[in-house]
Amino acid sequence: MEMNNREGVFSGLTILAFCWAVVGPLTMKFFADHGATVIRVETSKRPCTMRSSAPYKDNVPNYNKGGYFNYYNANILSLSLNMQLPEAREIARRLAVECDVFMENYTPGVIDKWGLGYEELKKVRPDVIMLRQSGYGSWGTYANLPAFGMVLVSIAGLPNFIGWPGKEPLPVGVSAYTDCISPRFATATLIAALDYRRKTGKGQLLDLSQFETAIHFLTPAILEYASCGREPERIGNSSPYAAPHGVYSCQGDDRWCTIAVSSDEEWISLCREMGRPEYAEDPRFNTLVNRKKNEDELNKLLGDWTVGFTAEDVMERLQTAGVPAGVVKNAADVYDDPQLRKRNIYWPMEHSEMGMFTHLGQSFQLSRTPSKAYSPSPLLGEHTEYICTKLLGMPDEEFIDLMQKGVFE
Amino acid sequence: MLNHCRALDLTNDKGFLCGKVLADLGADVIKIERPGGDSSRKIGGFWGDVPDPEKSLYWFAYNSNKRGITLNIESAEGREIFKKLVKTADFVIESFPPDYMDKLGLGYSSLSEINRGIIMASITPFGREGPYRDYKDSDIVVMGMSGTLYQTGESDGPPVYISMPQACLHAGADAAVGVMIAYHYREMTGEGQHVDVSMQQSAAWFQANAIPTWELNRKNLKRAGAFRAGMSKDVGQRQVWPCRDGYVFFNVIGGRTGAKSLSALVEWMEADGGATDFLRNMEWDNFDMFTVTREEMGRISGPVGEFFLRHTRKELLAGAVPRGVSIGPLSSMQDLLTDECLNARNFWVEIEHPELGTSITYPRDFVKSSEVDCSTRFRAPLIGEHNAEVYNEIGLSKRELITLEQSGII
Repeated sequence: MEMNNREGVFSGLTILAFCWAVVGPLTMKFFADHGATVIRVETSKRPCTMRSSAPYKDNVPNYNKGGYFNYYNANILSLSLNMQLPEAREIARRLAVECDVFMENYTPGVIDKWGLGYEELKKVRPDVIMLRQSGYGSWGTYANLPAFGMVLVSIAGLPNFIGWPGKEPLPVGVSAYTDCISPRFATATLIAALDYRRKTGKGQLLDLSQFETAIHFLTPAILEYASCGREPERIGNSSPYAAPHGVYSCQGDDRWCTIAVSSDEEWISLCREMGRPEYAEDPRFNTLVNRKKNEDELNKLLGDWTVGFTAEDVMERLQTAGVPAGVVKNAADVYDDPQLRKRNIYWPMEHSEMGMFTHLGQSFQLSRTPSKAYSPSPLLGEHTEYICTKLLGMPDEEFIDLMQKGVFE
Repeated sequence: MLNHCRALDLTNDKGFLCGKVLADLGADVIKIERPGGDSSRKIGGFWGDVPDPEKSLYWFAYNSNKRGITLNIESAEGREIFKKLVKTADFVIESFPPDYMDKLGLGYSSLSEINRGIIMASITPFGREGPYRDYKDSDIVVMGMSGTLYQTGESDGPPVYISMPQACLHAGADAAVGVMIAYHYREMTGEGQHVDVSMQQSAAWFQANAIPTWELNRKNLKRAGAFRAGMSKDVGQRQVWPCRDGYVFFNVIGGRTGAKSLSALVEWMEADGGATDFLRNMEWDNFDMFTVTREEMGRISGPVGEFFLRHTRKELLAGAVPRGVSIGPLSSMQDLLTDECLNARNFWVEIEHPELGTSITYPRDFVKSSEVDCSTRFRAPLIGEHNAEVYNEIGLSKRELITLEQSGII
């Protein structure tokens, strides 16, 4: 019962997905971009928070014109179901039986209330694979606490590593940062579970907590506390293992570059590029220990040099000399980045409400089975009729009857 | 789940996480280091604060559940042994500079001749092709090139990085996804393939709404300190709030999601004696972040901020849970290790380090499966710890091993 126009690794695989925010679509994207038929259940009664998040096409709030939502939902199909109605729940249950995987990241309790909990589904589909991916896990002390990525960033402890000594901790600029962590763990696991089912005939329940997966991105600090009792400190842009190491002002408005020197060899090259070869031997700077000791002075001298150049110039000059350096890219730079574009990270597609719109593509490349842009992000409920009548084989009269009852709102 | 799979993990710290994910899912992951040990063992901190290649906490963190051998793949004999191992493997993961493996005759095309089904993942700072392919990296450089750095920091100061390296983790996790997709394909066709992962691209993959905001509005979202930019027309959304003993993160947001959390918070403040008439009379269901005015936002955040200041992180979390208010205290490492929910979910595990005469607390798992235990089971390998075991499996005799060791191959 899959979409028949999709090739790719997951061609023929169907997933019923109750997604919320970014975690859901980013997980489903790995499958949809490789040919899976991903059916995302939505409702106009309560559209996904991403559908009501800025920016909007023409600056007018509209569920189908949200840039945030549409950036992350390419290749996914939208089925509109008002799950308050028993008929809608019955359609969802039928789809859950027919699909290969059931995925959800709602606040725990919601899908159970609809009769779609793991134990319920197992009764009608003994080998069901269910992936749950809520903020704090589907069971446990915080299970029912609504979760937002920006709040999870904090409770997972990441802001301890962001900010200046003695000043307040800072959020990660891309706010819901944890939203991109969990989907990777979830996807690798889900594919392993599909393999496991192929080999043993057994399905399973996979429960991920975004809180827990985020902690895996700071395990070294956990071990440091567990073994030495030391809490992390905010250290600005410095590093214990490199100097100079930081962000330096460049020509232009709010333009910056990064430079990170972790060996004396790189330091000597940097001094040469600065036109100050004598710094290499300078007792203030000749070793990492001395550069760390005189870091404020070092950063000032370096900043006085970088400000005379564009960030692009600094990057090119230093990289040519073998010194790690880069442009601190803003969104426009990332959008135009020649390297990312060469790697096909963006998929411009004609969207019926957005016009030509850049959708997010994949984050890595496969040599034999590349990911592919099949369809733009869906309008809310865009594929409802197709899924019900074509994939589920519902007679037209029944579809119209259910529509009149408001089942597809 | 992947007990029948084997991975050869040649990565340094740029790619540890890939093999860690596969190992936690059950694969036999063999970490291959150069004789004497991988240079990433020099990354601090160290257990007991003593720099020692066998005490790097970074090494411990992302190499548990892996076995370890030493092998000099730059020597002809070492390459032959590596090829023997490739015959027994499903995955090869590496993070050398682009073309390094090709130059050794160990690139994907050579390996696929030995084992048609082999899946190889290459993790590089910027990718194997393209204008930046030979650029040198450091986490701060890559995070800068990916967009995350620019958006983080005070609005009137320079961008600030996350001082715990992140780009390598995004890339390592992506590599795990990539090899699993390739594995799914191989199980159907027998064909392996090459997975090309760029740390820059992995880190750039999620930029919240920054890219569409640029495309639609020609507006660069800027860093906004403790605030969050870009959700409403021109009103900042405070994210970081001081509380009595630290900080909590909380967002005033609209829509039904926000309405539930905000009305529960106001009720709580009421009981605490801190609600104002303005807050009491607010119709949260109609509150819209897109159209909110600065004045309204001020009348909300004023009393909310005072309420937080009266309470500790622990009190705020304890009160938030039963009420369903989305508040996230900024956890210290100690908070995490004593966190009620993490402990209820059995998230921590003590892993023995007999050489250190101790055990260390690790995150146990990233997924709870109803079928298979995905726990961290054993510590990261010592240098060459499993040489005898692994080389014996591919038929090398004890005598051969001694010769190889003496000639510096293993």
